[in-house]
Amino acid sequence: MKKLFHIPCLVFLLVFFILLSLTLGKYEISLGEICRFIASALGLGSMDQSRYSLLSNILLDIRLPRIIAAALIGSALAASGTAFQAMFINPLVSPGLLGVLAGASFGAALGMIVSNSWFAVQCGAFACGFLAVLIAVCIARIYHGDRLLMLILGGIISGALFTSLLSIVKYLADPYNQLPAIVYWLMGGLSLADGKTVMLASVPICTGILCLLLFSRYLNILSMGDDEAKSLGINVTRIRMALIFFATLISAITVVIGGLIGWVGLIIPHIARMLVGPDNRTLMPVAALIGAIYLIAVDDLARLLFTVEIPLGIVTSLMGIPFFILVLKNARKGWA
Amino acid sequence: MTMLLTAENISFGFTDKPVLRNVSIAVRKGEIISLLGPNGSGKTTLLKTLLGLYRLDKGRILFEGQAISSLQQKTLARSIAYVPQIHRASFAYRVIDVVLMGRIPHKTFFSRFTAEDMDIALGALEKLSILHLRDRPYTRISGGERQLTLIARAMTQGATTFIMDEPANGLDYGNQIKLLESLMDLGGEGYTFIKSTHFPDHALWVADRVVMLKDGSIIADGAPDNVITSENLFTLYGREVDVHLLRESFKVCIPRKIGNCRCAHT
Repeated sequence: MKKLFHIPCLVFLLVFFILLSLTLGKYEISLGEICRFIASALGLGSMDQSRYSLLSNILLDIRLPRIIAAALIGSALAASGTAFQAMFINPLVSPGLLGVLAGASFGAALGMIVSNSWFAVQCGAFACGFLAVLIAVCIARIYHGDRLLMLILGGIISGALFTSLLSIVKYLADPYNQLPAIVYWLMGGLSLADGKTVMLASVPICTGILCLLLFSRYLNILSMGDDEAKSLGINVTRIRMALIFFATLISAITVVIGGLIGWVGLIIPHIARMLVGPDNRTLMPVAALIGAIYLIAVDDLARLLFTVEIPLGIVTSLMGIPFFILVLKNARKGWA
Repeated sequence: MTMLLTAENISFGFTDKPVLRNVSIAVRKGEIISLLGPNGSGKTTLLKTLLGLYRLDKGRILFEGQAISSLQQKTLARSIAYVPQIHRASFAYRVIDVVLMGRIPHKTFFSRFTAEDMDIALGALEKLSILHLRDRPYTRISGGERQLTLIARAMTQGATTFIMDEPANGLDYGNQIKLLESLMDLGGEGYTFIKSTHFPDHALWVADRVVMLKDGSIIADGAPDNVITSENLFTLYGREVDVHLLRESFKVCIPRKIGNCRCAHT
């Protein structure tokens, strides 16, 4: 039961990081001023009107959407990574296993060359993310044999298909305007995250994570293998499809908000497992919280480390690799 | 006497080639049945079809008179439990969490585990004298302890029929005996066991009935003393084995060539 102690701690840490990140930026705002701003926004204090609207602009329109976007993406990737690792009984699996990230990247790139509308890009990313997973699942259905292995193969095929389709799109793109936009998008970043998109995306992401949480007990059972899960009375196919659906939903939306952000879905579940062990009932919420905190922190680095912002996806990969090497060294507890 | 579990003329194959051909078997309540057969004879497949994991090509399986294909997997899980062969190493869940998984068939999607579920799981651990393992990681206990954990999970499931795939496989000598003793104790309490084994001696020690499977067909079915004979063992394994009577009613298997060789020395 002592494991439940981690969750309040992490919630506290998350709130702390959100407040801290609100203070960070080109325009300096102190924590005290943020507190006064919150107080006056709630009608508990008063503040100079012009100062208030300046702060409101910086905090609520610029910084907060970005921080929330980081938190949503971090928790979504960590949760779907956790679900995939348990479901595929393999701690080296990441959310892109069934091709969702490759599909969404293609969709976004396609949207960029056929339309000028940002909305079209986002829709394209979302739809093609789902399409890629659907193709993977259908390929897996063609063959008999080990379901998990067939799904992984289907994912490899579907991922490869959409990666090559993406290359075609890049090749056809106008090299002066569209190609740089596509490349930059694929590096992942939150500079384009606006309040409206984040608000819209938060509903399905939160719902998806909640559903994965509800299924966490079944994840434990699926990780014992199909035959055992069936003999425990579980409808393996149906539950696995539901899990794949929710994991795909939230991973596709991360691409819609911020492009390709790698490594989070792979390393965060490991870190969480080192903290609380492999039981998905506690692992899932802990991983989601750590993912949120991690991505907020990394995004702070990405926007502040140098005078020019570095794409977030690059920072997560660069940080992820040494981190992963360290984690693997201590990973005995989780999956020896 | 009413039959608990009956397979009627079942045939099954993963491809066009059948693994099981016209197999019929009737299990009475409280029996311990040992399934003997060489590698690839279809033992594991037969056990899994009895669990309702595969769709049969032919025939049907009845549990307490009802076709298991018509029963919900969840309903079946409350009566028949699967104790798999050496476990694929997965995540390091605590022993108690693995045992608690057995309560899943009694739960709806939204209902949580209660203190009562916990008591049932702890009771099963206590009964098998492995309560001290409750908080240990499942991946860090010995093969014998892992097998007992899975039996505890089967008991927690509320099942009284256990289907075990080579439970003694990979265990050291002491743990093999310990496991068979546990089965004997549970058998005396009305639990039914259908287990496959590679050791005819184990079947002679602890079994009410022996079923011999070769190339997907049953070649013998009956009391261990009647079925485990030199002829049947030769048919099954292609090796000459003598079955000796030790004391009044205890038989042992001794491979003929090895036995003769040893006798020549003394």
